[in-house]
Amino acid sequence: MTDLTRLKAHEMAALLRAGKVSARDLVAAHLAAIERQDRALHAWLAVDRAGALAQAVEADRTIARARAEGRAALDALHPMLGIPVGLKDLVSVEGGQATAGSRILEGYVAPFDATVAARLKAVGAVIVGKTNMDEFAMGSSCEHSAYGPTSNPWDLARVPGGSSGGSAAAVAAYHVPVAIGTDTGGSIRQPASLCGIVGLRTTYGRVSRYGIVAFASSLDQIGPFGRDARDAAALLHAVAGRDDRDATSAPVEVPEELLRLPESDDEAASYLKGRRIGLPREYFAAGIDPGVAARVREAVAAMEQAGARVDEISLPHTDYGLATYYIIAPAEASSNLARFDGVKYGYHDRSSGDYIADYLATRGAGFGPEVKRRIMLGTYALSAGYYDAYYLKAQKVRTLIKSDFDAAWAAGFDAICAPVSPTVAFRIGEKVDDPVAMYLSDVCTLPINMAGLPGLSIPAGLSEGLPVGLQIIGSPFSELSMLRLARAYEGITARAPWRDLDPAELHLTDDPSTPSPMERMRATRAAARA
Amino acid sequence: MASLSRADVEHVAHLARLGLTEAELARLEGQLNHILDQYAILTALDTEHIPPTAQTIAVENILRDDAAAGSLSVEQALSNAPERIGDHFVVPAIIGSEGGA
Repeated sequence: MTDLTRLKAHEMAALLRAGKVSARDLVAAHLAAIERQDRALHAWLAVDRAGALAQAVEADRTIARARAEGRAALDALHPMLGIPVGLKDLVSVEGGQATAGSRILEGYVAPFDATVAARLKAVGAVIVGKTNMDEFAMGSSCEHSAYGPTSNPWDLARVPGGSSGGSAAAVAAYHVPVAIGTDTGGSIRQPASLCGIVGLRTTYGRVSRYGIVAFASSLDQIGPFGRDARDAAALLHAVAGRDDRDATSAPVEVPEELLRLPESDDEAASYLKGRRIGLPREYFAAGIDPGVAARVREAVAAMEQAGARVDEISLPHTDYGLATYYIIAPAEASSNLARFDGVKYGYHDRSSGDYIADYLATRGAGFGPEVKRRIMLGTYALSAGYYDAYYLKAQKVRTLIKSDFDAAWAAGFDAICAPVSPTVAFRIGEKVDDPVAMYLSDVCTLPINMAGLPGLSIPAGLSEGLPVGLQIIGSPFSELSMLRLARAYEGITARAPWRDLDPAELHLTDDPSTPSPMERMRATRAAARA
Repeated sequence: MASLSRADVEHVAHLARLGLTEAELARLEGQLNHILDQYAILTALDTEHIPPTAQTIAVENILRDDAAAGSLSVEQALSNAPERIGDHFVVPAIIGSEGGA
């Protein structure tokens, strides 16, 4: 029998409905892969073996009931039924951990389900476990996780990206076919790009954030990872839509067509005819690796050849994105993270002094270095005398960044294509002690968050043997069109030699003597000191 | 734009209620100033007549029905408390010990 973990989720769904495989077998195969390989990968912070098997048995019962009822009942089942899913460890699942990659939430047990988790349970998806992440989603490499870094299955000495690096690595390594991440400045798209999978940051308001640990509330969004556009679309369909418990979730209909992206490559490719694609010259400026720029230009040329109309455009305020983001996001974080006071939940360090000393000790010991850096930046930017110069200024520049994109949509462009990450995956330890170098990893993704737009990363080949993502940026709530475009790109590159390659070092994770990412990080540190 | 002195770093850390070690304060002074240098690019933009953007989607006045609905039980809400007495969170005393519980 073929290895079930290698299938796409839509292929698993077809086998489940045909009665050729059970959800229990499916989840057991994935659990076995995780148990065998995750020491060397460290994509997971928690695996709920018993819970996943129980959910799978329940899914099998649902399928059996539907089969007894007939074809219509089987067809009505959601494609995520019985499919193993990973959740970034900032999504609350009742009775489980939600560390957000931080010591300050170690031991916390979520007393309720996030809306995303509740919706996945409602369609019968099987929640396998919680994936590693940079602490409070602050980082681009997973090295800022308090629980140790994650490796990239393409090169185990390199990072998977971040902050949703655990979810991306788990999907790339066939530990799950799909996973949930969050994206505040690039935290879905950049790891998707670095791991060679599809990742979609949705429009602000598309998915309810109820039950998600907050980082920057005007920028955070949830989205799906998958190994192809169809799987990402199906997972998005399961979790998207208005939720009364999140006032920022938008009353916008979730299109059923998300479940009907074309199966045939030719039919998918025909979507490109007449589509207008903008290529922003600022995203190909200095600092972008030539190999990355080349793959993105080739991808756009292939779409043009298949019938798309491509024009170079200008998004003139792109260069201001990084500074604007690194004022607004830390300011919102410093406010959001004020809730960690050691009283209601989380780590508590009882000092011998007064209540202020109690807070200082709790927060000083509970937060890691990157989180402290961002809280400091945000507190400073919001403090008396600096508010106008930093925070207000940044909010005004945000208006300009958003208006750049508004102009492109008004000019009739269907999508904007750009690089996702300026580089391929970098080495563990390479940027961890240089905050500004790390922040530059998100220079091509964070303007999209500033404008509240959806952005997608889809594999577009390799550079230096490592994956490169093509970014497709869409107008608000145009996820369906973006996924059709992504599916069309898959269609025209279906026979490309880099398609469906195994991550180059995935096989090494089967070897128990392969070092863990933490061991690699310690070795890098020791070498740097010597 | 401004730069941060060591005393500024200590002051901001206190405002943020972060207890930092000497080594952390020294490292942050350098790193924060390096990051603040990146902000300088914004001074080149004239934004006097540009309105600020706080949120990006055109949604307003999201209201719900004025109807009672379930919420966490007292037991659930207290389940993660580092310290509790009965149905209460234990908070650090913020008034003098003679007024304490």
